[in-house]
Amino acid sequence: MDIATHVFSALYQFGDAFAFLVLSACGLAVIFGMMGVINLAHGEFIMCGAYVTAATVHAGLPLPLGILAGTVVSALVGVLVELAVIRHLYDRPLDTIVATWGLSLIATQGTLIMVGSTMAGVGTPFGSFQVGDYSYSIYRIVLFCSALGVLAALYALFNWTRFGVLARATIQVPHMAAALGVDTRLIYSLTFACGAGLAGLAGGLYAPTMTLVPTMGATFIMEAFVTVVIGGADVFLGTAPAGGVLAIVKSVMTSWQGQLFGQIGLLVAVIIVVRVLPKGISGFVLRERT
Amino acid sequence: MTKSVLRGLRAAALTGTLVFGSHQALAAENPIKLGVLEDQSGDFAAATIGKVHAIQLATDEINKAGGIMGRPLELVAYDTQSDNTRYQEFMRRVLQRDKVDVVFAGFSSASREAYRPIVDQFNGFAFYNNQYEGGVCDGHMIVTGAVPEQQFSTLIPYMMEKYGKNVYTLAADYNFGQISAEWVRKIVKENGGKMAGEEFIPLGVSQFSQSIQNIQKAKPDFVVTLLVGTAQASYYEQAASANVNLPMASSVNVGQGYEHKRFKPPSLKDMYVTTNYIEEIDSPKSKEFYAKFKAKFPSEPYVNQEAENSYLAVYLYKQMVERAKSTKREDIRKVIAMGDVCMDAPEGKVCIDPKSQHMSHTIYLAKVGADHAISFPKTWEDIKPYWLGEAGCDLTKKDPMAQYTPSNPPPNP
Repeated sequence: MDIATHVFSALYQFGDAFAFLVLSACGLAVIFGMMGVINLAHGEFIMCGAYVTAATVHAGLPLPLGILAGTVVSALVGVLVELAVIRHLYDRPLDTIVATWGLSLIATQGTLIMVGSTMAGVGTPFGSFQVGDYSYSIYRIVLFCSALGVLAALYALFNWTRFGVLARATIQVPHMAAALGVDTRLIYSLTFACGAGLAGLAGGLYAPTMTLVPTMGATFIMEAFVTVVIGGADVFLGTAPAGGVLAIVKSVMTSWQGQLFGQIGLLVAVIIVVRVLPKGISGFVLRERT
Repeated sequence: MTKSVLRGLRAAALTGTLVFGSHQALAAENPIKLGVLEDQSGDFAAATIGKVHAIQLATDEINKAGGIMGRPLELVAYDTQSDNTRYQEFMRRVLQRDKVDVVFAGFSSASREAYRPIVDQFNGFAFYNNQYEGGVCDGHMIVTGAVPEQQFSTLIPYMMEKYGKNVYTLAADYNFGQISAEWVRKIVKENGGKMAGEEFIPLGVSQFSQSIQNIQKAKPDFVVTLLVGTAQASYYEQAASANVNLPMASSVNVGQGYEHKRFKPPSLKDMYVTTNYIEEIDSPKSKEFYAKFKAKFPSEPYVNQEAENSYLAVYLYKQMVERAKSTKREDIRKVIAMGDVCMDAPEGKVCIDPKSQHMSHTIYLAKVGADHAISFPKTWEDIKPYWLGEAGCDLTKKDPMAQYTPSNPPPNP
């Protein structure tokens, strides 16, 4: 087996792990990293996106539109949740843990009761390609590109648009933003919806590759939280490098010793990063810059 | 109509209300209580909700036909949420507070080993109606599910003959997966094959890119998939989309998690499973059971082997109680020791082996086609759970309350 095969295989595995970490974490990076809401229902927003995607695809929509529908529905659910629950808890971040955990239990069990214990999958599109001795799924490359696209879009949204500036201002010093005439409640709602929508997008993108069950959100949540925790408060400067570092550790450890060591390696890396950089990677980058 | 019957009828008419009333009062006061601890939510729910429904179906049928020795069967069911600590909590509750006569409990082997010491401690009586890695030699337990000598001694040699002798095992990383993989290793070696590789996957893992590549690297002739839980089932879709295209063999898929119904074809193409029941089995008994099931639970997504195990277990319990004329474990075990506790189940004839208190089965080899249709290339009738008995477990003589494996067999007497 030649070098190129090995290099491509390593890159593919890295890209695959990176896509999973970044897509899992993006929504949470907005809701937890930026807004400070410890959203334990993050996995259920992902599940919502996946279920809506699968349901619309079963109803005859093409997959990209199905994923879009999943994203939009999750964002709308996010608006409702923000209005009903989260809005009242912005100054009580620890209470958001209990509230969102409750929401996650309700969502999981509600889905089980109403939709049933499983949902039929939609099948992965695009087929496979061959490099050397290995064959790979093309859709995993699509996932990697989507992760890069989402990161770029988030960077653009929060740095180049009026909404992004208002959102950052509102979250940094809410009463000052309000004094300058910003409708902070609206901005909070929209930002939360953005995070929920991103979670829905992750669910929609992964729906064709996974088992669709009410508990599927749980398989994303650990990766999402560790990526955001070591990423720190900045959505782009945190999530992207955190995803990169963890993906390297995870793919190297997994190819060397298997899935169990991949997970162990991931968590050890998190402990080291949190110990060395308490404010996360973005905190480190931003402090260097100032 | 003969004279005596007429007389009987007249007597019944005269005393009718009285007899009926007292019978009802007696029945209401004195039901036989059956505890049901199964995962109705959480990671395993997809495979186990059907078990609860099967128990309800059998209970309704038995109660309609007059109960067990005239006593109705009453279910005390709790949702164990795919959580081992819930099993311990609810096992204590059904044995101590609800004082049930018998408990039907458990899906994962981890949960069984979590509750088994509690059954032993409170001298309870439990049925484990699930296929598993085998080896439980415990007088407090009856196992109606299939074990490795029934599922693997049939499946692995078949696969090796058909596809080749290089075997790769992908298994869930807990007691079930580890011990089952040991069985696969043993049988592959006995048949002159070799292990191309093994990987154990932690429960809850859903991303398999690297594992898929490891398999491609090892170039096996077929893959034994012992993946458990809904998260791990994502493997099939991901392997299919990466075009791994290797035949698969399993003791848990299809028969438990009906993956062929949940995933889009052809992701489970060439999956071979040994199971003692699935709804596709085309026999009059099986069709009848399936029809009854669907009539009571029309929205049931699939009737799997564990549903059938649970259903027949209720009838086996009825038979044993009626023959023992008691619900006491000691009396029931005396009946089992006679060695003729058998019944005609939906799968075919099954009998309880007195030495291990496990059950003989008809084993069907199910093959999943490219369109996910099931065919049955082979059937083995009356496969006995022989390993424990041959290895030295004899519950009619001694009750060690332990679990054994090929590398840790019962101590020689």
